[in-house]
Amino acid sequence: MNFALSIPLEHVFVLAVALFCIGLTGVLVRRNVMFVLMSLEVMMNACGLAFVAAGARWAQADGQIMFMFILALAAAEVAVALGIVLQLSRRFDSLDVDSANEMHS
Amino acid sequence: MESLFYIAAVTALASTVLVVTGKNASHALIYLIVSLLSVAVIFFLLGAPFAAALEVVVYAGAIVVLFLFVVMMLNLGKGSVARESAWLRPSMWILPCLLTVPLFLGLVYALSGEPIQTAGAMVGPKTVGTQLFGPYLLAVELAGILLLAALVGAYHLGRRYMSERREEM
Repeated sequence: MNFALSIPLEHVFVLAVALFCIGLTGVLVRRNVMFVLMSLEVMMNACGLAFVAAGARWAQADGQIMFMFILALAAAEVAVALGIVLQLSRRFDSLDVDSANEMHS
Repeated sequence: MESLFYIAAVTALASTVLVVTGKNASHALIYLIVSLLSVAVIFFLLGAPFAAALEVVVYAGAIVVLFLFVVMMLNLGKGSVARESAWLRPSMWILPCLLTVPLFLGLVYALSGEPIQTAGAMVGPKTVGTQLFGPYLLAVELAGILLLAALVGAYHLGRRYMSERREEM
């Protein structure tokens, strides 16, 4: 069984670029740290899509392997970032990223 | 059959826009799951079934659930939606969109060349596995060390939160 389609590579890349730009806009606009992290996830997912699409161009496994490393990176990033979110909400009683702009404790 | 790709692409774009513009964190997370599932469909259509399965299991299954746990722990309710509306004025979108839309157009322009098709062949989990534990073995070890460091860091950050919470009770 082979469900794989022959899709124009540019269309997949345009989708990846669009997702990346939407995520970047979210990182720039949002002040709630949860939404900033979600936008970061969207951006990393878009990078993974570009890798998988490039791997599918030559029917090689390398694209999927790079996607798995991005996945591991995203999981590690989210674990630490959500720990920081918990600390942020406890110390400043707010999820606003601007509330943590003090260097002194 | 190619229309499946475009349907999934439109679904991914629409749900991602709803994630970024959303006001309620848990609703935005559900839209994020929809976006990730449609990207998983695209992976499957590109001939990467293993990546599609990982997208569903790890991204939609583990990472988003981790987000949901934190949303539940922080008790984000109706008040947070009102606060979010106050933070997110429509005028705030103008400058970031002015910055990212040229980036998008520039990248699309850079991609507009001769049309190239993807191979349309499936790369199964077996090929990925042999590659992963062959030439990429060192990278796998490094990813394992990264995950260990993240585990220790998350435990350290979360433990203080939990212990001080327990004292308050």
